[in-house]
Amino acid sequence: MILAWLIVVPLVAGALAWLGERQSVRLCRWIALLALGADLALLAAIWLNAPAIDPTVRSGWLVEAARPWIPRFGIDFHVAMDGLGLLMVALTLFLGIVAVACSWTEIRERVGFFHANLLWSIAGIVGVFVALDLFLFFFLWEVMLVPMYFLIAIWGHENRIYSAIKFFIFTQASSLLMLASIVGLAWINASATGEWTFNYFALLGTDLEPNIAMWLMLGFFIAFAVKLPAVPFHTWLPDAHTDAPTAGSIILAGVLLKTGAYGLIRFVVPLFPDAAMRIAPVAMALAVAGILYGAVLAFAQVDFKRLVAYTSVSHLGFVLLGIFAWNELALQGAIMGMIAHGLSTGGLFAVAGALQERLHTRDMRRMGGLWLRLPRMGAVALFFAIASLGLPGLANFVAEFLVLLGSFAVAPAAAVLAAVGLIFAAVYSLVLIQRSFHGPAKKEIRATDFDRREMAWSAAMIVALVWLGLRPQPVFDAARPTLEELGVPAVLSDEGAEP
Amino acid sequence: MTFTSAHLVALLPIVVLGGAAIVVLLLAAFSPSRRVTTGATAIALAATLATLPIAARVIPLDVSPLIRIDGAALLYTGLLVACTLGVLGLSTAYLKGLGESVGELCILLVTAALGAAVLSASSHFASLFLGIELVSVSLFALLAYARDEKPNLEASLKYVILSGVSSAFLLFGIALVYTELGTLEFARIAELVPLESASSVYIAGGLGFVIAGIAFKMSLVPFHLWTPDVYQGAPAPITAFLATVSKGAVFVVLLRYFMLADAYAYRPLIVALSLLAGASMLLGNVLALLQNNVKRILAYSSIAHIGYLLVAFIAGGAVAIESASYYLAAYLASSIGAFGVVAILSSGVEGETQTLREYRGLYWRRPWLAAVFSLMLLSLAGIPLTMGFVAKFYVVAASIDASLWVLLALVIVGSGIGLFYYLRVLVTLYLEPDDVTPDGARAAAAPSGHVVLAVASVAVIWLGIFPAQLIDVVRALAFTNG
Repeated sequence: MILAWLIVVPLVAGALAWLGERQSVRLCRWIALLALGADLALLAAIWLNAPAIDPTVRSGWLVEAARPWIPRFGIDFHVAMDGLGLLMVALTLFLGIVAVACSWTEIRERVGFFHANLLWSIAGIVGVFVALDLFLFFFLWEVMLVPMYFLIAIWGHENRIYSAIKFFIFTQASSLLMLASIVGLAWINASATGEWTFNYFALLGTDLEPNIAMWLMLGFFIAFAVKLPAVPFHTWLPDAHTDAPTAGSIILAGVLLKTGAYGLIRFVVPLFPDAAMRIAPVAMALAVAGILYGAVLAFAQVDFKRLVAYTSVSHLGFVLLGIFAWNELALQGAIMGMIAHGLSTGGLFAVAGALQERLHTRDMRRMGGLWLRLPRMGAVALFFAIASLGLPGLANFVAEFLVLLGSFAVAPAAAVLAAVGLIFAAVYSLVLIQRSFHGPAKKEIRATDFDRREMAWSAAMIVALVWLGLRPQPVFDAARPTLEELGVPAVLSDEGAEP
Repeated sequence: MTFTSAHLVALLPIVVLGGAAIVVLLLAAFSPSRRVTTGATAIALAATLATLPIAARVIPLDVSPLIRIDGAALLYTGLLVACTLGVLGLSTAYLKGLGESVGELCILLVTAALGAAVLSASSHFASLFLGIELVSVSLFALLAYARDEKPNLEASLKYVILSGVSSAFLLFGIALVYTELGTLEFARIAELVPLESASSVYIAGGLGFVIAGIAFKMSLVPFHLWTPDVYQGAPAPITAFLATVSKGAVFVVLLRYFMLADAYAYRPLIVALSLLAGASMLLGNVLALLQNNVKRILAYSSIAHIGYLLVAFIAGGAVAIESASYYLAAYLASSIGAFGVVAILSSGVEGETQTLREYRGLYWRRPWLAAVFSLMLLSLAGIPLTMGFVAKFYVVAASIDASLWVLLALVIVGSGIGLFYYLRVLVTLYLEPDDVTPDGARAAAAPSGHVVLAVASVAVIWLGIFPAQLIDVVRALAFTNG
């Protein structure tokens, strides 16, 4: 049950942090850090010992555990982890630690409750990445929402109430459609076999009429497309990201969006392969629209965080494109894209938070010339910006290149248009740096440069981006068994998949 | 029919409640101590709950043509009496701040609970009417309990008049059915109404009137107009009673009628109920959006919830009883909790703590109450880790099982709209507090209210995470009526 511990540790630590507030504020922060560190250690243990833990585990999976939960509907507490899940959980925990580090001085009020919500949200997200019972998946899918809602609504910026409610209603209303689809799928399976089950593996082979499959698939697809977000379901994202506290933005952009992509890979295509293939052209069109539209809107922003938020729409467009191209190259690119986007955009949000803490504004018209005062911060920001634009040698380049390569084989037009997005990415990324850090200084700015704590989290993310950019193979190796289990076709020979 | 000891055992819950009413009446008259009266009432209600397992040994059993004690009857009696116990705790806490005597309230709560128990076991139109009137008449006085408060009187008067009208509808409907069939027994009706007489004007009209009367008591749209006003004006714990026991008991008897009289086969009735449910879900949620008064928001939300409950019920078949029962339990627990917070905050506060503004920043002043309120709102909104989520899951499952696609779509749309106002209240609790401290922040209610909230919270969380326990009980009991 090591996977259950992965969820329980942050849950319990969240409660402890809440209670620990009375003792000392620092205690809450340390509890959060230690809990996430402990979770990472657990994850490392799973990764290193996977075959030793249980040799009988299903092929393609590292660990699996199941306990009956609601026998009436055949619902189990069924968790399992494969390479994809491992990567996503690792990203979640890593960004969780960065988020705690970023909030070290930013959050000064109700610190205990803040860390409680942060940890609970992370617990929910980790759960989503390991749940293999559809009911449990949905359960945790919602568990991660409520704390995030509180993070935005209580510690957010100007329009926080509006943004938090919008975020919650968009995701919750769409997930109700998913609930209906989940129950519908289980019901069809139950009427065929005479027994209720929400087990992922049992539902994989459900025999569906094409029409019904399409409707059920749409329920899942809309929920995940809202979360991703795909145009036209993206309007909650700029608001939520802009008004969330730094840690909230990092978790939101870094991992919460990835649950949508993860859901598409894990559930939509495997459960409804034919229906998903029928909708693939539409999805790829939405992806391309997102890439271009997000990039254009990003360019037009004057709010630092809002700009970064729109770049997410653009980057996640690549992920969506990669998923629906559905071949190994594109999917490896999409998975890499999820990780790279988490790191680079998470980094940019962290910089935005640090800027806001110092300047009390996110308006780039009131910035400019910051490089002179804050050279270390400027360098860090520049690094994340060029990572985000996809400079070769960094993780984002690998991701976008693979997605383009993979999707060109399937939908050349989409790939060509998406490639244009790369040029836009260069424009908005450089504009971001130019407007805020370069140019003449707008006013006397008295601000301190990055201190040791801030350099520490920056360095960790930079190292990760460079490492993944130069040596992405471990990620591909981790994800490959998952893709093989899913029966993803290879577009080129295996050698071709390894750039 | 001979009356054996088995019949007496089966009837124990009702007998105990009836006896309790007399004992409490005498105590209230002769004992000056509030504590003795409320204590005796609490013990009597708890004793009623304790008799349920004893009665369960002899079920199912017909005790006279009026009453049929079966698993479902005991289950619902248990739920409703437990709710009454909760309301008693809240009322004691509430009245402490008001300085009003408590004896009459205890009597009225027990008689209302007796009515609810009768409704839970009713198998005959006579006992149906008897039970409904027992609940309603007790409520007339309960609603006006704080006589010096004008809104109380207004609420009571509105309820008296409209409730009287709806009872008249109900009686007239029953009379029409009797004219055609010559029987008032649910089970006999099933035998006498084959599908061809479905076209009979008497039956159609009669059942139409009955449904109208019942829809009024359950405040389904378009018979809901009294609800927000009465909810707002009534003393908060009594509002809780109105929203839980009074609605629940009527729903239960509707369910029993459908099961025993096999009314699912009667198509027009199902269509009518579907329309009522759809309208309630939509209008209840939409109208709640426009409110700035917490009690009114909860009133409209309760209208919508009865709509969801009806969807589970309309689905029919085995899943329907199960899902409706679970939904009812979740709704009762969450409502008691939500109104309970309002009641505790309103204790001894003139005009009660009602407007949304007074709830601003509650978390920073009274974290415990705000946490409970948040939990109940999340449960009503159907968010996981609460009973409300499992209940919503059940409704979705039941409506898919019966292919009620339109109603399912309305459930989803309604829940989506519902989120907005639940979140609006929720976020208000966590806002920066205003400079002015509302009276509610100082309201000091007796500990009994907090005990009720704690029990409701534990139930909502525990049964939300481990619903299997309640599901097993529901399944074991709900299906022993065969």
